[in-house]
Amino acid sequence: MSKLSTLAAIRFGYGLPQPKGAPESAEAMLAMLAGSDEAMRTLPIRNSAELIPNLQELRQIQKAGKKATAKNPKRNALLQDFSNAAEAAAVVTFARALDSADGFRERLTTFWADHFSVIAKRQLEALFPYALVDDAIRPHLTGNFADMLTAATLHPAMLSYLDQSSSVGPNSHFGKNQNKGLNENLAREVIELHSMGVGAHYSQTDVTEMAKILAGLTLNADLLMQFVPRRAEPGPRALLGKTYDAVGLDNIHAALRDLALQPATGQHLARKLAVHFVSDTPDADLVKAIAAAYNGSGGDLMATYAAMLNHPAAWVEATEKARQPFDFMVASLRALGVTGEQLQQMPYKQFRGQVLTPMAGMGQTFKRPSGPNGFDEAAEEWITPQGLARRITWAMRVPMRLVQPLPDPIALAQYCLADRASEALLWGAARAEDITQGVGLVLASAEFNRR
Amino acid sequence: MTASMDRRDFLRGLGGVLGCSIAAHPLMTTVTMAGANGGRALGDHRLIVIILRGAMDGLDVVQPQGDADYAVLRPTLLNPQAADLDGFFRLHPAFGDLMPLWGAGQLGFVHATSTPYRDKRSHFVGQDMLEAGTGMDVPLNQVKDGWLNRLLQTQKGLTSETAYSIGQVAMPLLEGTAEVRNWSPETTLLLTPQARLLFDRVYEADPLFHAASQEAMELADAGNGDMEMMAADPSQMAGLKVQDVEQLVDYAAGKLRQDARIAAFSMTGWDTHRGQAGGLSKSLARLQYAILRLQTGLGENVWGKTVLLAMTEFGRTARENGTKGTDHGTGGVMVMAGGALNGGKVYGDWPGLSEANLYERRDLMPTSDVRAWAAHAIQGLYGIDQNVLENTVFPGLKMGKDPRILL
Repeated sequence: MSKLSTLAAIRFGYGLPQPKGAPESAEAMLAMLAGSDEAMRTLPIRNSAELIPNLQELRQIQKAGKKATAKNPKRNALLQDFSNAAEAAAVVTFARALDSADGFRERLTTFWADHFSVIAKRQLEALFPYALVDDAIRPHLTGNFADMLTAATLHPAMLSYLDQSSSVGPNSHFGKNQNKGLNENLAREVIELHSMGVGAHYSQTDVTEMAKILAGLTLNADLLMQFVPRRAEPGPRALLGKTYDAVGLDNIHAALRDLALQPATGQHLARKLAVHFVSDTPDADLVKAIAAAYNGSGGDLMATYAAMLNHPAAWVEATEKARQPFDFMVASLRALGVTGEQLQQMPYKQFRGQVLTPMAGMGQTFKRPSGPNGFDEAAEEWITPQGLARRITWAMRVPMRLVQPLPDPIALAQYCLADRASEALLWGAARAEDITQGVGLVLASAEFNRR
Repeated sequence: MTASMDRRDFLRGLGGVLGCSIAAHPLMTTVTMAGANGGRALGDHRLIVIILRGAMDGLDVVQPQGDADYAVLRPTLLNPQAADLDGFFRLHPAFGDLMPLWGAGQLGFVHATSTPYRDKRSHFVGQDMLEAGTGMDVPLNQVKDGWLNRLLQTQKGLTSETAYSIGQVAMPLLEGTAEVRNWSPETTLLLTPQARLLFDRVYEADPLFHAASQEAMELADAGNGDMEMMAADPSQMAGLKVQDVEQLVDYAAGKLRQDARIAAFSMTGWDTHRGQAGGLSKSLARLQYAILRLQTGLGENVWGKTVLLAMTEFGRTARENGTKGTDHGTGGVMVMAGGALNGGKVYGDWPGLSEANLYERRDLMPTSDVRAWAAHAIQGLYGIDQNVLENTVFPGLKMGKDPRILL
């Protein structure tokens, strides 16, 4: 294993040892990424459409009135199905990251899922955050950003999370009859977080105009996206100096496509990619190169990723980033030899207790960032006394409950860090009082927690 | 613990869900209190800062029902059951249990106030601005530390103070060059002496890991880690429940009763774009609970020396939006409480709600800088020099005339 392939695995993948068939160079990573999404094919989550009959049955039950609904024995089972689907999808998310040879695809998926952060607001929406990833992010991961932006913005998970489902054009039929109006939550975040970025040149007027363009989008009773012309704001709209006078969804598509093509969007995404993958204070030339590739190709994501991987600053020897808890957890499980299949066979309670709950203690509640801006990037936000104490404690206590027998600590350091294991770590691993302490030392080490 | 004696141990806050407090390290109490300022750094007063993340709708909390335009702007949110405060303003019913404090002069508000942040109405930039405490003249990416941290750095006697924080999210309010600690009472770190030795060596080459682990071990030793460590409830992030408020407030009150002088934490749940009547009531009920529990937990004597300031990144639109909620605005309300407060008043100049008086014909016009109220409170509590407040703690601030918000 060369130095570069070690870096490729830990900076752009989920760590060592790499699954069979994993690429070891930038070219090979890009070539595999250009192929099909095998992880999604072999490790599916439940399709939201399968739960529509549950929604319909629940509506039937509700017709009997509040008291009868609460007493209906079928109701809880129907509701539980939504939670079960989400729990299974959580395990699948880990399994894909853990098992896939196409590690860069999994890391990019996590990046974009965070960029388009959504949170499930109620039990009926429990699967939403996972559905958005499989419906809107993974299918467009290597395509054009405009398509991903459009799919994510119009996804039921986003429409619900950022309140678009209740926003109504004030001058629409519905708005006038019902005295309803706009809610600009989604419109603002589409511009501020998802495309141009808060530092770009846009105004409150642009946010309001975007809200008027988006008015009409809502969810139907089956929780599917629906465009209702009666709720749409009539008349042409002026966004960022351009007039949008098409009708309905066409206007929305056009506005989102133009937002994706704004140079500020290329700049914003380039910086986010460089910060996420390479450094909290990324090389200016690296950001410039990624932005140029994005803007020069009209938002082509493969060209954008290639510009990052082909830039020497992306391969700087020093690992400045801290692995976020999800990344830490996947890399630890992989180092210990735990497979996705094992996670799927584990009782969910155990998975929650040994993986999800400790992650929350490390500062990252799975699929629940504190807002639409997603999780923090800076190493200082994660490697706090408390965050590190929880990593150390997990590393010393949980591995022995996952694998028997535990690996030899020195061998573990060598195969999960290769040439990046420091002399001090090998020295320490050799002097641990027992094997659990040695394994804990390796998994909690600075070199294992950085990438 | 000699290593920690000469360190400038500090405190970084927490945020999102829980909170943080600054307290004297139990092992260094006497050192702390023997600092500058006549041997009693910061003196005897207590300051509690609560950051309300998400932009609290001040116009709904302290309702200007005496302004004829209010009913037009807020047709469904106007609440006729709101208790009368002063004949012009009425208090949201979810704050109803605070009325005795109002009567006793221990509750007050500043209306139509905001940070200098304008126009883009981004939560994230707005919160950074509030916690950074600088004006728009300083580019945000150059502002590294929060205003409370800067305040503490100006106080020589605090060089050996340790501040603890609780919670999972970092809070820039207290972030700065001073060393900072992040710890929650339910965290523990059980390591054998040999394991400590090994970690010490293994982390040596990485300053971030080395400092964090050193502090973790010291904090664990200081007896803040009695509880089971894996007990964090992942559902916490969904919002602050009362048990969480209880745990946080009791911890902070305990420290404040002893050597701590300042506590800061944050509460979420104020971003009421839709169905505001329900969501805001819940968040207000939690804040009310926190205030009342702090009062009880501090006891009469300490509460009498306390000022609590609850501030938010910006206000919300003057008009209701189309979904019985409000969108991001500008001017808003700061909530104040405590026995040292000259309360029973709604402070601030009222700009009016006619369309021409609104900021960008949309938001309540700010008539004051929220940082100025905080600065006057700090000056009154701790006697800190105005120059320090205007140049170091809140660079570029003009404090203006003393509004006399303290007794």
